[in-house]
Amino acid sequence: MTEATKAAAEQSAPAAGAPAAAAPRDRAQPAAGRGAALRVEGAGISFGGFQAVRGIDLDIPAGEFLCLLGPSGCGKSTLLSAMAGFVQVSKGSLTADGATVSGPGPGIGMVFQNSEVLFDWMTVHQNVTFGPRMRGLGRAEQNRVADEFLGLVGLRHCADRYPGQLSGGMRQRVQIARVLANEPSVVLMDEPFGALDAQTRQVLQQETDRIWRASGCTVVFVTHDIDEAILLADRVAVMTAGPAASIKSLYTVELPRPRDASDPAALRLRDKLRQDIAEEVRKAMQDQGLDQDTEAAAGTTAGQDAVRLDQEARSA
Amino acid sequence: MTITTTKAPDRTRTLPRRTGKAAGQRLRTLGLYVLAILVGLGAWQLVAMEYGPSLVASPRETLSAAGELAADGTLGNSIVASSRRILIGWGLGVLVGAPVGLLIGQIRIVRQLLEPYTEFFRFIPPVAFVTLAVVWLGIGETSKVVLIFYTAVFIVTLNTSAGVMAVNESKVRAAASLGASRSQILRRVVLPATVPYIFTGARLAMGNCFLTIVSAEIVAAQVGLGSLIWTSRNYGRIDWVFVGIITLGVLGLVYDRVLRLIASRVLYKYGVKA
Ligand SMILES: Nc1ncnc2c1ncn2[C@@H]1O[C@H](COP(=O)(O)OP(=O)(O)OP(=O)(O)O)[C@@H](O)[C@H]1O
Ligand SMILES: [Mg+2]
Repeated sequence: MTEATKAAAEQSAPAAGAPAAAAPRDRAQPAAGRGAALRVEGAGISFGGFQAVRGIDLDIPAGEFLCLLGPSGCGKSTLLSAMAGFVQVSKGSLTADGATVSGPGPGIGMVFQNSEVLFDWMTVHQNVTFGPRMRGLGRAEQNRVADEFLGLVGLRHCADRYPGQLSGGMRQRVQIARVLANEPSVVLMDEPFGALDAQTRQVLQQETDRIWRASGCTVVFVTHDIDEAILLADRVAVMTAGPAASIKSLYTVELPRPRDASDPAALRLRDKLRQDIAEEVRKAMQDQGLDQDTEAAAGTTAGQDAVRLDQEARSA
Repeated sequence: MTITTTKAPDRTRTLPRRTGKAAGQRLRTLGLYVLAILVGLGAWQLVAMEYGPSLVASPRETLSAAGELAADGTLGNSIVASSRRILIGWGLGVLVGAPVGLLIGQIRIVRQLLEPYTEFFRFIPPVAFVTLAVVWLGIGETSKVVLIFYTAVFIVTLNTSAGVMAVNESKVRAAASLGASRSQILRRVVLPATVPYIFTGARLAMGNCFLTIVSAEIVAAQVGLGSLIWTSRNYGRIDWVFVGIITLGVLGLVYDRVLRLIASRVLYKYGVKA
């Protein structure tokens, strides 16, 4: 690894709360860009009287892979739902390639954490060709699409099975193939591998990386897993604790792909991300009056990473 | 009239496996069924001996009465007449109830417009309408079929709309973000996801139609199982009453079995467990 990339991994952590600027895109771009640029400006989302997120600014250039981290319940899924057009921003604006996102559509695909979103009464083939079928594509074209995208996720041999006959990892692959079959310009992924075992997760992370580079679409990927974010992202955004959560910090991951988790720059970035998240978890705990045993509590909420951070702090 | 709704169906599929153990289980179940029926027949026999044929017809008397009624065609005609009314009324009830339930569940304005009526009429049992049906529609087939239809349509509608409300919201969102329009979502996602509920509604409705058919035929019918039971009473033929009652039960059982068999063949991929 060169000095330049090392330095790059350490750059660009704006002060908490400050609007994050778009990362400079001077690196090698993924394949032929059909991604759309997502722009979120001063976005706020409320449910009734409850303000989930506020003042979100994100400028996501076409073809970027952005990971979204943050304490549980801060509003990551909410922000993603707005990007998908499922909920409307109550303040500010949200545009894809300059056009306001006003509702869900095939241009912006969503991979959900829970594979219950697959249609159980359809075969894998029918699930994957659902989008093209809704658009009225002919049977031959549908078969081509199924072949291509099931091939991409390595599930051609399962085309005639039903989702209920697949493993959790296979179902998530079907979901990914189904979204990609629409050739969307933006793919949103909400903890897509959260429910999978470590091995399957690793395989799917690698596949995601490969598929993203082949497709060139813009990806916003929500995760709890800091290592997953470092492995996949061009940039990582950390959200503050809710309610009225916003973007706390934004890091550019200037590590060469495929990524090496043991790279010193990756380790440094991981520590920073851990600190950021643990800080937010602590704040949330204090807000809830749980500050006596904040460290332990923060550990359980932020997951292993915060625990590890605490242990490191104690042993230091 | 009881209206129940299904729990969210468990969609995990298991491949059918016919091992020796499963076969043993089936045999055991069958054996227990036979045992239960024999015990029931025995108890019936004892009761009949205790109270005599003017109050309780014994199994043997009932069987010979059935032979008698079958020989002169009364039993066959009754079964055919009642079945016809039930199948037509129930079929129409499902055909109307399922789409109406879908619309009530899916489109808020339809729900708001129809809810006052569904909430009102669900408390009025079909029996309450027997007199009106005869006065308005005459003693012909129409009044009976309409009463059966009324019985079926509410149960199917309410079950279907409950099913629609239970459809996983993320499934609908996923379909929308895959480019499906509102009507495509309704037909391709909401309807299939609701099939187990519609099926349960149809089964419950079938049971209730048997309740209704007896009251409908008691008031006005020349032929039918309800009318058989009623006229037998007037002739003082307790054994014929027994034949009518048992035939109703067996017929209901057979229809339910057939329904479940068809469903398990045709609808299994929608998660219908029958
Ligand atoms: N439909 C809704 N109605 C009311 N409040 C909601 C709704 N959806 C989310 N919220 C609230 O908004 C906040 C953010 O929720 P969200 O699901 O976006 O969090 P998250 O960051 O995705 O959490 P997690 O990491 O646990 O998935 C939470 O406080 C939640 O209670
Ligand atoms: Mg979430």
